[in-house]
Amino acid sequence: MIKAILIFNNHGKPRLSKFYEHYSEDTEQQIIRETFHLVSKRDENVCNFLEGGMLIGGSENKLIYRHYATLYFVFCVDSSESELGILDLIQVFVETLDKCFENVCELDLIFHVDKVHNILAEMVMGGMVLETNMNEIIMQVDAQNKMEKSEAGIAGAPARAVSAVKNMNLPEMPRNINIGDISIKVPNLPSFK
Amino acid sequence: MSPTVRLQEMIRVIRSARTQGEERGVIQRECAAIRAQFRQADNGGRSHNLAKLLYVHMLGYPAHFGQMECVRLIASPRYNEKRVGYLGAMMLLDENQDASLLITNSIKNDLAHSSQYVQSLALCTLACMGSAEMCRDLAPEIDRLLRASSSYIKKKATLCAVHIVRKVPELGELFTPAARALLAEKNHGVLHGAIILITELCERNTQTLVQFREAVPELVHIMRGLVTSGYSPEHTVAGISDPFLQVRILRLLRILGRNNDTASDAMNDLLAQVATNTDSSKTAGSAVLYETVLTVMDIKSESGLRVLAVNILGRFLLNNDRNIRYISMTSLQKIVMTDHNAVQRHRGTIVDCLKDQDASVKRRALELSLALVSAINIRSMMKELLLFLSTCPPELKSHAASGIFNAAERYAPSQRWHIDTILHVLTTAGGDVRDETVPNLIQLITNTSQLHCYTVHKLYRALVADISQQPLVQVACWCIGEYGDSLLRGECEETEPVQVTEDDILDALETVLQSHMSSPATRGFALTATMKLSTRITENVDRIRSIVSIYGSCIDVELQQRAVEYNALFKKYDHMRAAVLEKMPVMDRSSSGQTNGESGGGGVQELEPTKPKQPEVVVAPQPASQVCDLLDLLSGPDEPSLPGTTLGPASSMTGSAGGDLLDLLGGLELTPTLPTVPAAVTVYEKSGVCLKLSCERPLDASQTITLTATNASDHDITAFTLQAAVPKNVQLQMKAPSGDALPARSSASVTQTVLLHNPNKVSLKMRVRLSYISQGSTVQDTVQIDSFPSPGL
Repeated sequence: MIKAILIFNNHGKPRLSKFYEHYSEDTEQQIIRETFHLVSKRDENVCNFLEGGMLIGGSENKLIYRHYATLYFVFCVDSSESELGILDLIQVFVETLDKCFENVCELDLIFHVDKVHNILAEMVMGGMVLETNMNEIIMQVDAQNKMEKSEAGIAGAPARAVSAVKNMNLPEMPRNINIGDISIKVPNLPSFK
Repeated sequence: MSPTVRLQEMIRVIRSARTQGEERGVIQRECAAIRAQFRQADNGGRSHNLAKLLYVHMLGYPAHFGQMECVRLIASPRYNEKRVGYLGAMMLLDENQDASLLITNSIKNDLAHSSQYVQSLALCTLACMGSAEMCRDLAPEIDRLLRASSSYIKKKATLCAVHIVRKVPELGELFTPAARALLAEKNHGVLHGAIILITELCERNTQTLVQFREAVPELVHIMRGLVTSGYSPEHTVAGISDPFLQVRILRLLRILGRNNDTASDAMNDLLAQVATNTDSSKTAGSAVLYETVLTVMDIKSESGLRVLAVNILGRFLLNNDRNIRYISMTSLQKIVMTDHNAVQRHRGTIVDCLKDQDASVKRRALELSLALVSAINIRSMMKELLLFLSTCPPELKSHAASGIFNAAERYAPSQRWHIDTILHVLTTAGGDVRDETVPNLIQLITNTSQLHCYTVHKLYRALVADISQQPLVQVACWCIGEYGDSLLRGECEETEPVQVTEDDILDALETVLQSHMSSPATRGFALTATMKLSTRITENVDRIRSIVSIYGSCIDVELQQRAVEYNALFKKYDHMRAAVLEKMPVMDRSSSGQTNGESGGGGVQELEPTKPKQPEVVVAPQPASQVCDLLDLLSGPDEPSLPGTTLGPASSMTGSAGGDLLDLLGGLELTPTLPTVPAAVTVYEKSGVCLKLSCERPLDASQTITLTATNASDHDITAFTLQAAVPKNVQLQMKAPSGDALPARSSASVTQTVLLHNPNKVSLKMRVRLSYISQGSTVQDTVQIDSFPSPGL
C-alpha cells in the first residue's frame, strides 16, 4: 500500500501532498519536512530507495523517490509494493503530467494543484495502484475536464470562446457564404494557433 | 469562471510575499475572507473558495473550518462543485471527524448516478477515507458496481472493495464471488484491481485462500499470455508487456503456492519461462525477474528452479545499477534463513558492497553480512566488519557494533580473539555501544582467568592512549582495579609487558577521575578501582588515602558517598579492608540480567568458587553488605550503609538497581528462607510402611496436601502407588509422585502432592488406597482419612 505521495522542490516547499493514511495536520507537515531532510541529503548517483523516517513508520516503510530538475517526487510505500514497480509508476506519473500540461514545469504544478490531484486520483486510489496506462488516464481526465467545462454555463463563455477559436480549422471554412440574397466573402485569414 | 482563476490569483499573491511573516499575513486575510463567504448562504463562488482553502491547507495552515463546506459542495448537483467537494473531503475529513458521516448519504446517491464520472468521484473518496460504518453501509452498492458496469467503474469499484475489506474484514465473503468472476476480464486495469482484491482476500482468510487455489491455472494462463504476447502499444513499458500486472500476478501466485505442492507444481513451468525470457536490461524487466525470484524461493519449487533463482540474484548483485543491487540484497536477506549455503556463495560481493558510497546499499550489505557470519568464516568476516565500523556512517554504527558483539559471542574461535574484538570495537565505536556491553565484557574477562594479565596490559595501554570512550574507560578502570598487581609485576606471556610503577597507574586513574570527559558512572568506576588498588600495591597507600578523602566532599552525591565509605574503611575498619577488597570470583552466567531480590539466593546456590587459584570468597556477613556496595558499580545511589551497621543483606540488595551481576557475593549471605515444614500427621502405619499427610496453603477453596511414604521394614518395596477418592463436590488432582520405590529402613521416601478444590466447603474426607510389591507379593490396603491437620504455616 502506498502511504503517501509527496512532491516538493529543492528547498522543501510542498507542491503536492496526498496522504492515504490518516495523520493530523501537524504530523503531515512534519512528515513533509522530515522526508525532505532525508531525501535532500542523497547524492546524485545513489540508489532511489530509502528507509522511511520515524514519523511515517520507520523501517517498515520505504521512501522511493525520483529527482527531476527542481522537483522531488517521493512515494512512501510499505513492504507489499514492489520497489522497482513504484519507480516505474513515478515515471508514468511524470510522463502523464507532461502530456496533460504540455512540457510540464514546476509553475504548472504550483498553479494547477487541483488538476494534478485529479490526474493522481486516476492513477492511485486509496493507496493502491489503479491504472498504469498513460493513454487511458489521459482520456479519462480529458473527459472529466470536458464535463466540467460544459457545466460552467455563462461564466465559462470566455474560456469556451478561446478554446473554440483555438480548435477552429480556418482553411476548411467556406470562401463564400450565401444566405438568401446576402453574399459574404470570407477573407483569407492566416491560421490562428 | 472556472475556480482555478481566482485560485491562481491567490497563489500569485502568496508567492510574492517575501518573508514567512508576510505570507502568514496574506494567508490569514484570505482565510478570513473565505470564512466570511462560507457563512453566507448560497454563493456562486463556493468551489473557488474551497480550492483556495485546500491550497492553504497543503502549505500547512489550519483549514478545518472548511469541512462543512465540503459536505455542502458534495451535495450540489453541479459537477465541478462536486469535484472540489470530494477533493476537500479526501484532504480535510477522516474517520475521526463527525462530518464524515454526513457525506455517506451523498456518496450513496452518487454511486447510483447516471454519469460514470460522478460515480468515480464517490468511489475514490470512499476508498480514501471511508470509515468502517460507511463501508458497511455501502458495501452492497460496491458489490453491485463490481458486477455490472463499464470497465472504468469496475476498476475503481475493485479497489474500493479492497479498502472495505481492509476496514471490515468480515465483508470479504461478500466480495469473493465477484472477485472470482472478474478474473475473466480482458481489460488490464480491471484485471489489475481484481488481482489486488484477491490478494487481499487470500491474505485475510485461509478458506478464501483454499478456494482461490483452484484459480491458479487461470492465472497461469493470463500470465503466459502476457509473457508471450508481442508488442502491445497500450501496455508495454520498455519492452515488457504490462509489467505492473505481471508483478501483481506473480505476487498472488506466491501467496497461493506457499506450502502447497499441487499449486506449486502448476506454476513451475511458468516461472521457468518468465525467468528465462524476461529481458532484464531495463528496470521493468528487472522488477518482473525480482518478483519471480521471490516467488520461486517462497513456494515449493523444484531445486533446478531454485538454483536458477539464486543465480539471477547473483547476477543482480553484480549489476552496475545501484537500485538493482539494493533490491537483490533485500531479497537475499529474505532467503538467507532458508537457503543459507546458496547465499554464502555471494559473500564476497556482499562484503564488497559494504564499501559502497551509497548509505542504503551499505545498510543492506551490513544486515546481510551479519546474517552470513558463521563459525567457518568468522575471522575474515570480522576483519571486514571491523573495517566497516571505522568508516561507516554514524546512523549505522550502533547497529553494526551490536551485530558484531552478537556474532563474536556466538562464534568466537578463542577467548583471546573475543576479548581482542570487543576491545577493538570499544576503541573505534565506543560511544555507540549499548549499555549492557560493559557488564557483559567484565563478566567475560573475569571468566577467562588465564588472560587476566594480557587483558589488563591491553586495557592499560588503551586507557593511557585515550580516555574519551566511556565504556572502554569503565572496563579498563575495573580491570586495573582488580588485576593491577599483575600489571605491576611486569611480566606477561601473551603480550609485551608494560613497565609501570604504582604512581603511573594511580596517575592514570586520577586523570580519569578529574577529566571533564568522564561521566559520573566512569568516575565511580575509577574511584572504586583506586580503592581496590590499596590492597594490591604496597607503597603508595597514603596517596590513595588522600585521593579518597578529597572526594569525600565531592559535589556528586554518589562519589561522595563512596569516598566517605572508603575513608571509613581506612580509618575504623582497616582490619577488614583486605578481606573486603579481595578479588572477584568467577561469575555465574545464568544469573546475569536478573534483578536482585529473587536471584540473589538462587543464583548463588549454583555458584561455587571453582577455580582453586581464585582466592576464597568472602563469607562473613558483615563485610558482605559493604561488598555489595563496593561491587554495585553500575547501580544508582545506594542506601547509606556504613560498615559496621550490619544491615541484612536484603536491604542493601534492594537499593541497587542495576548491579545484578556484581551483587552475587552479597547474595551469599541470603539464607534462603525455607518454608516452614507444616505439621505432618501419620495416617497409616502397617508392616513398616508409614504414610504421613501434611497440609499447606489453604486458600479459600483449595488445599495442597503432601503425602509422604516411608518404609521402615527390612525389605525394599517397589511399585508403590497411591490412589485417592474424595466426596462429591470436591475436585481432586494428583500430581506425579516423586518415585515408586521405597528402600528399606526409611532411607528414602516417596512424596506425592494432591490438590483439593473444595468450592462448597464440605467437610473434607479422603480415602487413600496404597498398593505395592514387597518380597515378591502385591499388597493393597485402604485407609480413610476423616480429619485433616491444620496447615502449618
